Amino acid sequence: MSEYKITVGIECHVQLNTKTKLFSAVDNDAVDKEPNSCVSPFDYALPGMLPVLNKEAVHKAVQAGLAMNCKIGLESRFDRKHYFYPDSPAGYQITQMYKPIIGAGVIHLQGFDDVRINHAHLEGDAGKLTHFDDYSLVDLNRAGTPLIEIVSEADIHSAAQARAYAEELHRLMIYAGVTNGDLYQGNMRFDVNTSVSKTDELGTKTEVKNLNSFRSVERAIEYEAARQIALLEKGEKVVQETRGWNDATGKTTGQRSKEGAADYRYMPEPDIPPVVLTQEYVDKVASEMPAMPDFYREKFEPLKLDNSEREAILNYPLLAGRLAEVCEENIKLAPRVAHWFSGVLLAEENLDKDFSLATAAELAELSEMVEKSELSSTAGKEVFIQLYNKKNTSKTPHALAKEMNLLQENDEGALEQIIDEVLAAPECQKAAEDVRNGEMKAIGFLVGQVMKKSKGKANPGAVNKLIQKKLS
Amino acid sequence: MKIADKNTKAVDLVKAALAKAEEYKDYNVFISMNAEAALAKAAEIDEKIAKGEEVGKLAGVPYALKDNYSSHDGNTTAAAHILDSYHSPITATAVAKIEAEGAIMIGRANLDAFAHGGSTENSYFGPTKNSADNTRVAGGSSGGSAVATALDIVEFALGSDTGGSIRQPASFNGVYGIKPTYGAVSRYGVVAMASSTDTMGCFAKKAEDVDLVMGIMAGQDAKDSTTLPDYWNKSLDEVKPAKKKIGLIRDCFGDGIDPEVAKIVREYGDKLKAQGYEIEEFDMPILKYGLAIYYVVQPAEVASNLSRYDGVRYALRSKDVKGLDDVYVNSRNEGFMKENKRRIMIGNFVLSSGFYDAYYLKAQKARTLLINAYNEAFEKYDALLCPVAPTPAFKLGEKTSDPLTMYLEDAMTVPASMAGLPALSVPAGKTEAGLPVGAQLIGRAQSDQLLLSIAKQIEDSEAK
Repeated sequence: MSEYKITVGIECHVQLNTKTKLFSAVDNDAVDKEPNSCVSPFDYALPGMLPVLNKEAVHKAVQAGLAMNCKIGLESRFDRKHYFYPDSPAGYQITQMYKPIIGAGVIHLQGFDDVRINHAHLEGDAGKLTHFDDYSLVDLNRAGTPLIEIVSEADIHSAAQARAYAEELHRLMIYAGVTNGDLYQGNMRFDVNTSVSKTDELGTKTEVKNLNSFRSVERAIEYEAARQIALLEKGEKVVQETRGWNDATGKTTGQRSKEGAADYRYMPEPDIPPVVLTQEYVDKVASEMPAMPDFYREKFEPLKLDNSEREAILNYPLLAGRLAEVCEENIKLAPRVAHWFSGVLLAEENLDKDFSLATAAELAELSEMVEKSELSSTAGKEVFIQLYNKKNTSKTPHALAKEMNLLQENDEGALEQIIDEVLAAPECQKAAEDVRNGEMKAIGFLVGQVMKKSKGKANPGAVNKLIQKKLS
Repeated sequence: MKIADKNTKAVDLVKAALAKAEEYKDYNVFISMNAEAALAKAAEIDEKIAKGEEVGKLAGVPYALKDNYSSHDGNTTAAAHILDSYHSPITATAVAKIEAEGAIMIGRANLDAFAHGGSTENSYFGPTKNSADNTRVAGGSSGGSAVATALDIVEFALGSDTGGSIRQPASFNGVYGIKPTYGAVSRYGVVAMASSTDTMGCFAKKAEDVDLVMGIMAGQDAKDSTTLPDYWNKSLDEVKPAKKKIGLIRDCFGDGIDPEVAKIVREYGDKLKAQGYEIEEFDMPILKYGLAIYYVVQPAEVASNLSRYDGVRYALRSKDVKGLDDVYVNSRNEGFMKENKRRIMIGNFVLSSGFYDAYYLKAQKARTLLINAYNEAFEKYDALLCPVAPTPAFKLGEKTSDPLTMYLEDAMTVPASMAGLPALSVPAGKTEAGLPVGAQLIGRAQSDQLLLSIAKQIEDSEAK
């Protein structure tokens, strides 16, 4: 079966986090709002209502395009896409069929081939329907939320590459600041078009719509490819159709075949003049773009981080930014901070911490304390966690460590006193004797006793050396 | 026009208008009256005048509103069953501006449902009758507004013109009617017909009154992205033609044109000549495609704009429904008039995949050629002269069974619409049988006031 080549193209809908909707001046943030409470007469498609294009949405679309290394269309245009359904109040969606605002571009992936972007267009989202036994409810809060639909070329050839592409798109959109990026809320939704073929000619594709997690993108493609190959192996044909994904069963099921598909009767939108941008405007937006993931990847190169560790940090622009700042302070201190980020902060079950609480200076200071053995690495982690506690915002790492009684005892005089007490203790005589006789395993017990007596503040390395010196 | 002041009470103006509306009830001019609110507003204005407060340029002037403009006063039905219970929560920008100057809407005027038609016979509320001969049509689609003005019920009336819907009924009833430059007046709040040619204009009995009303309505509106920055800001006497040369479009005086109409419009040309204008006949052969272009583009936009009337959120929902498809099919089938359905079908056909290039795209290309032809003409002429309609008002019922002859009524009005140009219907004379005939003046974009200034010169010369 390995001779089948899988080919995938992905359409990704990204909800833009503008203050107001794409064509109407009502709140675009409908999270936790009453149904139909963020709806204007335009969204309701009352007679005589006209769309007024949201300039912020245009700005964010340009930012999104630049984040994807895309050409920006200096003149773009809107079109009407007609269909009757209660989620579409006007009977048409305003989209960009012929002249999209974002042109061709390319997405670089870690460990996979690049994926080219065909184009991305700006459009209004549809409303939300909830179906019951003999009726359905319509919520238009989401109707008119600005979306960009990013259409990839069919450059993807494995489920893993598809996932990497989806994750990188998510990172890019988050870094550009154009979306809240909450997959659970549907801020990014993926439609995957999958086909398999043994030849250079593409096979018949199926489309799985509305996937809202990276894992479901990966699994849906795995399932579809296997299903299509099985069909072909049996001598059957793949039907071109839209299929739905069931996350619980891990299967796709047929929804509607393309033969019966709607004719959208596209028409230029006469109520919105063409969107004309100047190159100066695009250049200005480009000059104001925040740093993108690739910038940080290059920046973190000297830290020699694991791929997975680095990418995990890159999922959070704030952490990547902090780490970059630590690199600026002292690059030698940065790897430890990176490990704390990935191994402590991001490993926590409940990630509701405010990542902005610890400053780069504090993180560098803490890393330096461990570097200089003022703190054990275990104690360093404990102080690190406390840096993300709101109560501690005004405290320095040193003050915190002191408060937590974690500062290591490096003063040889003080250490010697403790060691002498330990070596004099009756319960330690056996171990001391063993060490004197060259049985070095026994030294661990003695070091442990010293640590206990010092309440963890002694530097175990220094203790080890001192004991050896005394018993030799 | 008569404006309320210390000597003229707004309440009296409104009462007189309401009495006349009652007197001419048989003409079926209004879909609904606004008597109570109108009288209350008039009383407010009188009180302000008594106190010496500012009351606006149209204080107390009664007007009729074509029933496709949204406002808080009354239902906005667009003369269609599907909307007859619809009360708008918003007010159209044009209405808001007029009312802010003190004008008082006494009633909502009849039209062809959704402005589809040239006779006001396609109204769910029955046809409006011609002001000069009540066995004849009012013209349309703004028939009610034209007749309300012609019968002197009101001083002016608002209409909308997508392919001739103001100019043709103005011609049939002997009043001025203006279709302004596309984008001159905000479309916000007016039930859309064909968005790329919809314009908001008015009817009145004097060129100056048209200018006064339009000057108030015109101007950029943040709610309509196609509106132009305000240019309607001169006095008519200031506006002067550059060349004093007018092109008479010869193509519009040949076959299919009633000889009396042709004669009256040529005579209007003679009056211009007497005022020192040079009249030159010229050919615009592309005009013969105007109707074909219009009847592809317009139904496409109509079909799209009428998609929202689906019985889901507001307006008519059929009682005969078992599922979602029934909500759509039965509500729309019961709620739209025959002519609405015809245009929806033509529009969806020309937009269908496989036909889009052959019809819609080709029509848009031809539209560009039409615009080029006009631009060429305006290199030579200040304005163009031709009839408004090929005939005077025809008999009620005469053309209802033959939509194609009805569409031919629009042949001389749709080209200016497709090019977005201002065009004015000027009362030019009457036929032997006493039926009014209008002459059409067409100008370059944003030369609306020049057209009015030319018409005013003739009006003034005849008053002497």
